[in-house]
Amino acid sequence: MSATTDAKPSAERDERILRTSPLRKLLGRPELGSVVGALAVFVFFALAADSFLRASSLSTVLYAASTIGIMAVPVALLMIGGEFDLSAGVMVTTSALVSSMFSYQMTANVWVGVGVSLLVTLAIGAFNGFMLTRTRLPSFIITLGTFLMLTGMNLGFTKLIDGTVSTKTIADMEGFPSAREVFASTFTVGGVAIKITIVWWLALVAVASWILLRTRAGNWIFAVGGNKDAARAVGVPVNKTKIGLYMGVAFGAWVAGQHLLFSYDVVQSGEGVGNELTYIIAAVIGGCLITGGYGSAIGSAVGALLFGMTSKGIVFAEWNPDWFKFFLGAMLLLATLLNAWVRKRAEATK
Amino acid sequence: MARFRTWVGIAVAGALSLSLAGCSSTGGKRAEDARKAAAAQGKAAVNTPRWTFAMITHSGDGDTFWDIVQSGAEQAAVKDNINFLYSHDDEAQQQAQLVDAAVDKKVDGIIVTLAKPDAMKAAVARARKAGIPVITVNSGSAESKEFGALTHIGQDETIAGEAVGEQLNERKRKKAVCVLHEQGNVGHEQRCDGVEKTFDGTVQRLYVNGTSMPDVQSAIEAKLQTDKSIDAVVTLGAPYADTAVKARQGANSDAEIDTFDLNAKVAAGLKDGTLGFAVDQQPYLQGYQAVDLLWLYKYNADVLGGGRPVLTGPQIITKDQADALADFTKRGTR
Repeated sequence: MSATTDAKPSAERDERILRTSPLRKLLGRPELGSVVGALAVFVFFALAADSFLRASSLSTVLYAASTIGIMAVPVALLMIGGEFDLSAGVMVTTSALVSSMFSYQMTANVWVGVGVSLLVTLAIGAFNGFMLTRTRLPSFIITLGTFLMLTGMNLGFTKLIDGTVSTKTIADMEGFPSAREVFASTFTVGGVAIKITIVWWLALVAVASWILLRTRAGNWIFAVGGNKDAARAVGVPVNKTKIGLYMGVAFGAWVAGQHLLFSYDVVQSGEGVGNELTYIIAAVIGGCLITGGYGSAIGSAVGALLFGMTSKGIVFAEWNPDWFKFFLGAMLLLATLLNAWVRKRAEATK
Repeated sequence: MARFRTWVGIAVAGALSLSLAGCSSTGGKRAEDARKAAAAQGKAAVNTPRWTFAMITHSGDGDTFWDIVQSGAEQAAVKDNINFLYSHDDEAQQQAQLVDAAVDKKVDGIIVTLAKPDAMKAAVARARKAGIPVITVNSGSAESKEFGALTHIGQDETIAGEAVGEQLNERKRKKAVCVLHEQGNVGHEQRCDGVEKTFDGTVQRLYVNGTSMPDVQSAIEAKLQTDKSIDAVVTLGAPYADTAVKARQGANSDAEIDTFDLNAKVAAGLKDGTLGFAVDQQPYLQGYQAVDLLWLYKYNADVLGGGRPVLTGPQIITKDQADALADFTKRGTR
């Protein structure tokens, strides 16, 4: 099969330390399919919508992508680790509600609420991981349970504490301006307004890539996702890794939740339902296998970008909105198929 | 396990010390308590028997609008010495089953919404057959009488949309975007239809994902960037108006933001001029009147409306009225 002679496995050499050409290496990357898909969608909308290529339009697309991407990164890591999290969407709302209501009810500095929210959100993540490793039930059941409980608690607690289904405004409280700077500000680069969520997003991608590719924890994640029992047999702390991954998702939910709170300053308690699927879709388009053990953080970012481009591109192109969901679905399916095809080709020529 | 407990201990201690250390001298619960100090608590004003009324709506979970309807109904129930039961389900079939359950419970009166009239027809008929008076609220003005309800209390969505269209004409707008946050909601389409009917300019529809505010914001932003000639954005729910304001900033547009329904933020926005106008259907009144009219019917066989719907809207609210309403929106009754 192989074209180059030095890439042919010989009896003495281990196939794992096989040298491959740079092109092969590139073809073997999990995010390649999604990059090709994203480029196709980009070119498509650049041709179909006049306003798509404007700098301000691109910053809108990037903002849409970043709010998905912040969650898609830890969700991708979790999926590489062989699990997934249905509670991720409402957890974002929970995190925003906790900060807002804690600050308000205690009349505390807003930063105190932000800190308490981090602890509470991480605790929810730890709960997911702990339940999963203790009960050995599938993550589908555990996180579905958490999803329903959080949805109910978001509504129930908000109604109980605030008397209405949305929180009270905290915009006039101390610490709000500085927290808004951190979580929901906008700065301009060369005349283009850039939202700070984009910075958070890129930072998370960088950190996650570093963890995955350069640290021992990264190897553990791939190992537990690939084969849990084999991983345990060679001494990988499977439970710790999984709990850590769920707490990673919780951290992402905290960042996304604080953004929600500080950009709109009032939180609707019923929000977030359905978004968990968006995050999973972004990770899957980005090359994460649903079965685990394969994928990348950069891929999830490309997946989020693809989602952002498609959902906003339809608006820029001014298409009939009745077909919006159909179009989105078709795009996603195509991108994923392309992704799978490229990967198959890459693996066949190895 | 021991280490885990230590960590939890540290976390709790940290949270407590943080909250003690960092207090806000502005806003928050303390400011609200000060406002509330003067507010009165309701108590029964009549000594009629303690009847039980059930209200079953098509509201989804956590809807701010229905929260106000419910609080209106509850306050009327306190005053009228009514045992008030509230339930809701956004699936028509489930809502009909809830009505059936109320009939089985032999309540003394039923308040129901007819967002999907066909699905509710049999349930309402069953209630009437059991001798339970029914009042329809909010949606279903066309079907209410036919189904045998005493009266209908609510706003005609098309008429409300028409009022918005006229208001836009008055404000000399040329190109409007109607932002729908629930694809497939008949009432939402009717509102936009109404706007289209009376507005002299063009109306475009924009469907957004109502459960994700960042998505709503970026979609409106994208729309405003695409077409710079848009000079009005009409949102169909109060929480989306504020998001549209953010989108307008992001897109550097000077379109006017107008909205259906009211809340504290909308009142504040109208007051400081970031919003143009709001069209209110007075949800508090829909809940309050429904309970009160059922009570009047049981007590005195009174019926209001003479077979026609009793309209609670549209009421156009601009800067001039916003000031007076601000405090009412804060306590969740407007």
